[in-house]
Formats: sequence, C-alpha cells, structure tokens
Amino acid sequence: MRIALFATCLADTMFPAAAKATVQLLERLGHEVVFPEAQTCCGQMHINTGYQKEAVPLVRRYVRTFESCDVVVAPSGSCVGSIRHQHATVARQAGEPGLAARAEAVASRTYELSELLLDVLKIEDVGAYYPHRVTYHPTCHSLRVLRVGDRPLRLLRQVRGLDLVELPAAEQCCGFGGTFSVKNADTSTAMLADKMRHVLDTGADVCTAGDVSCLMHIGGGLSRLRTGVRTVHLAEILASTEAPA
Amino acid sequence: MSTHAPKGVGHLRGDEPFPAAAKVALANPQLRRNLQHATTTIRGKSGRVIAELPDWQELRSAGSALKAYTMANLPRLLEQLEEKVTAAGGVVHWAADATEANRIVTDLVRRTGEQRVIKVKSMATQEIGLNEALEEAGITPVETDLAELIVQLGHDKPSHILVPAIHRNRSEIREIFLREMPGVDPDLTDNPPDLAGAARRYLRETFLSTRVAVSGANFGVAETGTLAVVESEGNGRMCLTLPDTLITVMGIEKVVPAWADLEVFLQLLPRASTGERMNPYTSMWTGVTPGDGPQNFHLVLLDNGRTAVLADEVGRQALHCIRCSACLNVCPVYERTGGHAYGSVYPGPIGAVLSPQLTGVEDNSSLPYASSLCGACFDACPVKIDIPSILVHLRNQAPHPRSEKAAMAAAAYAMDRPRVYERAQKAARIAKLLGKRGRGLPPPLNGWAASRDLPEPPAETFRDWWRGR
Repeated sequence: MRIALFATCLADTMFPAAAKATVQLLERLGHEVVFPEAQTCCGQMHINTGYQKEAVPLVRRYVRTFESCDVVVAPSGSCVGSIRHQHATVARQAGEPGLAARAEAVASRTYELSELLLDVLKIEDVGAYYPHRVTYHPTCHSLRVLRVGDRPLRLLRQVRGLDLVELPAAEQCCGFGGTFSVKNADTSTAMLADKMRHVLDTGADVCTAGDVSCLMHIGGGLSRLRTGVRTVHLAEILASTEAPA
Repeated sequence: MSTHAPKGVGHLRGDEPFPAAAKVALANPQLRRNLQHATTTIRGKSGRVIAELPDWQELRSAGSALKAYTMANLPRLLEQLEEKVTAAGGVVHWAADATEANRIVTDLVRRTGEQRVIKVKSMATQEIGLNEALEEAGITPVETDLAELIVQLGHDKPSHILVPAIHRNRSEIREIFLREMPGVDPDLTDNPPDLAGAARRYLRETFLSTRVAVSGANFGVAETGTLAVVESEGNGRMCLTLPDTLITVMGIEKVVPAWADLEVFLQLLPRASTGERMNPYTSMWTGVTPGDGPQNFHLVLLDNGRTAVLADEVGRQALHCIRCSACLNVCPVYERTGGHAYGSVYPGPIGAVLSPQLTGVEDNSSLPYASSLCGACFDACPVKIDIPSILVHLRNQAPHPRSEKAAMAAAAYAMDRPRVYERAQKAARIAKLLGKRGRGLPPPLNGWAASRDLPEPPAETFRDWWRGR
C-alpha cells in the first residue's frame, strides 16, 4: 500500500527518530511511504491556544497537501485528533464550507500509527524485537479523542523480548497540554510529578507513548531528575528488529 | 441586549489569575493530600455504580437532548413555570442579576420581620453573594449543609460544588467548630461521628427556632410548577418543610419541561455526583399546601449572565450543567489545585467554561487556559457537555498577551511557507546553546525549563534525512 507520512512539525524538527521509525517500519512491512514536502504543521497549537483564525491557512495546507493521498499516517494521536475533530470546524467557522468538506474527507483517511497498523493494514505482530522493560502511557488525545483503546498495547504485546509493565493511573494526563505546560507551568509540573512517580514505580527502563509531545514533557522531567528512564516513541519500538538495518 | 453578571457583587471573579492562585494551592501539602484522597474516593465510587447501569450512555444522551430542548425553548418554559407556580399559590420574581436577586430576597426576609434565615446548600445563592447581602441588612444566614456550615463557620470559601469543604480535614473541622460553633462541647474530638453530632445539635435548635428558609433548586418543572432539591443529609428537608416562609433562588437554566423528565436526571445526578444509586433526600414541592409546610413560597428566577451564555452557540452547552461535580472529580488540574484557585464559586472544568461566560471572558481570561484539554471531563459529564471544545472556543475570545500574539503570528506565517519553515527548523538548533536547563529563555518558556530538561536538537531534521537517503 502507498502510505503518505505526515511527520508532524514537532517530530520533523525535534524528534526525527519517531518519523524515521514510522518510515522504516512501514517499508519493512512491504509498503511504500511517500513524504509530501509541502507539509508543515496541523495547526493544533494555534487552535488550542485561541488562535483559530491563524490556523486556517494551516488547515488549508494540510488538506491541499494530502487530499490526493489514499491513506495518511502520523506518529501522533494528538495531531490526528486535531485533524479529525477540529479541522472541519475551523474551516466552517472561518466561513469556508467547501474547505470543511474537503477537510472531513482527508481526515477520514488520516490515521494514527496504531490505527493504521491494526485497522487498515490488519497486522498485530509487526515482527519487532525490543529487549527492554517498557511501560506505556496512553496519551489523552489517543485515548479520549481518537479512542485508540488498547491498540498500542496489542502491538507491544507482540514485540519479542519486550517486558511490558502496566502503568498505574495510566489514563491520567501527564500535564503537557501544549501551551498549558508553559502557561500553567506549576500545575503542569505537579501533574508530571505524579506521572513520573507512576513510571518509576513500574521499574521500567523505557516509557513509551504515541505522541512525541507528551514524551518530550515526561522525558524532560525524567531527565531533569536523572532517573535513567528513557522515553521512546511507539514507532521506534515497533521498528526495532533483532538485526537492526 | 443580554448582559453579563455585574462586578462588585457575588463570587464569580477571583482576585488573581489562575496560574498565580494555583501556585499557592500547589504548595499546600495538606490540601494536596485531602484533594487526592477525596477525588480518588468519589471517582471510584461513582465509577462502580455507573458501571452497573447498562443504559448509562443512553441516559446521558437523553439528559443532553432534554437540556438542548430546554435551552431552545427557555422563554416559553419559564413563563409556563411562572404560571404554574403562581396558580399553586407561590409568588414568582424575576431577577436580571445578582444585585436584583439579593435585593428581592433581602426585602422578602425583612417583610417577615425575622432576623435569621436557614439555608439549604445552594450554588445560585453563593454565586450572587446572598449571605453577604443579608448580613449587610442585619439578617443572619445559617448554612445547614454540613460542609457549607464548615465553610461558613471557618469564614472560608467553598472549593467544590458538591463537597464545599473538600479542602478541610477532620482536625481542621474540629478546630473550626471549637472556635466558632455556639454552645459546642469543649471536649469535642475529631472523630467524624462526633463532629457530625456537634453540627446536628447546633442545627436542630436552629431549625426549630427559625421561620424563614432560603434554598436553591436542582430542577423546576414547567409542566407542574414543582421545585426539586436533592441532598444527602436531610437538613435541606428540614429547611424546606419547617419554616413559615420559603424563598427559592433558581438559575433560569434549571427549568425542565415535564415531570417525567426528572426520571432521567434523578438517575444521572446521584450516580455521577456522590456515586449513589438513588439520591437520599429528594424534596419536591408545588406552591403552597395549606396546613402543610411553608405557607409563603417565593421563587426568584435568576439570570445573572445566563442569557448572554445562551446567545453563544458553542458556549451555551455550559448551561446544561446539573451541578454533579463529576468533572471536578476526574480533572487532573482540579485534583492538584483545588477549587479556590479558580476564583469563582464554580471551580473545575465546568467552572472554567461557565464563570468566564457569565462574567464576560475579559474578567476571567485565565480560566479557559486552566486545563490541559485531557478530555476526562467530557467523558465523565452525565449530560455530555463537550467542555474541551468550549474551553478552546473561549480561548479564541480571550484577550491574548501581545508577545504571544506576535509569536503565534510568526509561527503561523512560517508554517504556511515551507522554505521559511525549514529555515526556522535549522534555527531551532540554536536551542542547543541554551543547554538542557534552557538558560536565558524568556518567560513564559522559562516555565518549561524550571522543571523539565529541554530536548537536545537532533543533528538533522526528518526532512533532511528523507532527502538524503
């Protein structure tokens, strides 16, 4: 299958490993990956911070860039959540019903990575090998906006060598929340403190999730405290094999 | 033209923005422990009884549809309620705002010649600051809900819609009672049954010697003119039945079309709020019944900004709220900051969407941002209020700091121009110079680096890698 990658601005700029791993994984599974270079950002930061008008060109850019693609994948529950549940509304409220309809159509073909693997490609065992103790944080937008449910866990359970440990109070927000993390830095940090405590309680070496943004937050805290626990995007685990390419 | 709740009266505006107020609360370990314990307990209890109902989602949809219908027909339903209450011997008053409502209630109490009123726990009267207005007129209001009494005796503010003293533990309550409760036993312990016993002794005497009561209302049935109050202690029932005069202050959004609609709400409310299968004390009354209960009944219908909320197509959902507090109990922000940080009597997620709309967003502009948009509130709401979407909607109306506006405009400009965007990506590598601690970052970005290391910029962007392979 020909799959278009929406890398997301944050992964493209700061966490390319997650986007690279998405490409390597899908290619290893025998699919063709394309990367339309006109892509930038889904506009979620603008929309959620109260700059909806400024986000309209970004919605238009996303739609134009990807509307010719059959299937789009992004290694982010949050960005796909914005594309699926905000883009059409933003266009409609800007008085562009035509763009809204197009946005809805593209959104219906845009998938978060675990959705693509299980719902579209119908694969649960991606043949990965990752010999580490891992705990999974289900990010809020994957969980409550996209409703990915246990898809990431089903994928992780099939990974050879991986010791999956359940994260206590997993469904509680890590405290990132985009610009919330700086506008309400103290509250965000209080939430992070509890999330880190739960991660450390598992004894895991690695905390994984489907969003580099939440991982940047959790990882930033774990690094500040010198916990030695790393954050790794789900795609990187699924892309790992016994004989790394 | 609809107007917002007036300034200078009532409790819808805080003294400082949410981040500053939250900082104080976050540094209080006792508060953090109390909140964590209380919200976790209620969450668990509520979750268990909700799981028992196979038709919970259908009930939520029914509740949501009933509220949407009510809001679409509000003028007609309110006039119908007025007509039915009047026909049943009650007197209906319309209050455009807090000032007018306080004046109406104060005048009504004055006319009875009484100096003291007993109160049923009510959010509407807290919202308008009725206690202060009564005190100014020389009338003593006595809160009879145990938690509300603790708050009143402690010269404190409520911090939760349902459990107003959630921020207090039993040793603090004991101290408040010893200091403030008339006739209290000086050997009072902090054993919960002893504390409840002390409140009971004090309140029983007050119930039997007070002739005017003030209440709120959970529901007002347009079809029959029936008012309903749900509570757990029976103290509300005392207030609603013993005095000669009953004055009820009800927000105009509390009307429901028909008697049968209570079937839906009385299933939703107790399970979502206290985690009970059935509400312990549900009091309903229709006007005046000769020889039984209060012989004078007044209903004050309160607007205080609600019509302005109703005018907002997205925001009006906030008026669907049945004050169950489920959103507070699941909110990770509320669990850590508590209610006082929100400034308004309506804290938590629902407060963050209701208060700014009642006052106008300019007056509560930090509240729409007091959320990580995690969505737990939306899932928990028994009438399916899409709180995250309203928060985002209100953020669009909130005044933005000038520096933020400039940064957002610049980001949007770059992100719509791939070549500028790529140059910006390369520039982001300069972040390396800041180190993990982000030395020299300007506010608000330094807030990030205060507790979280900055990620190390990668050697190449994804698109560089893509092109090079």
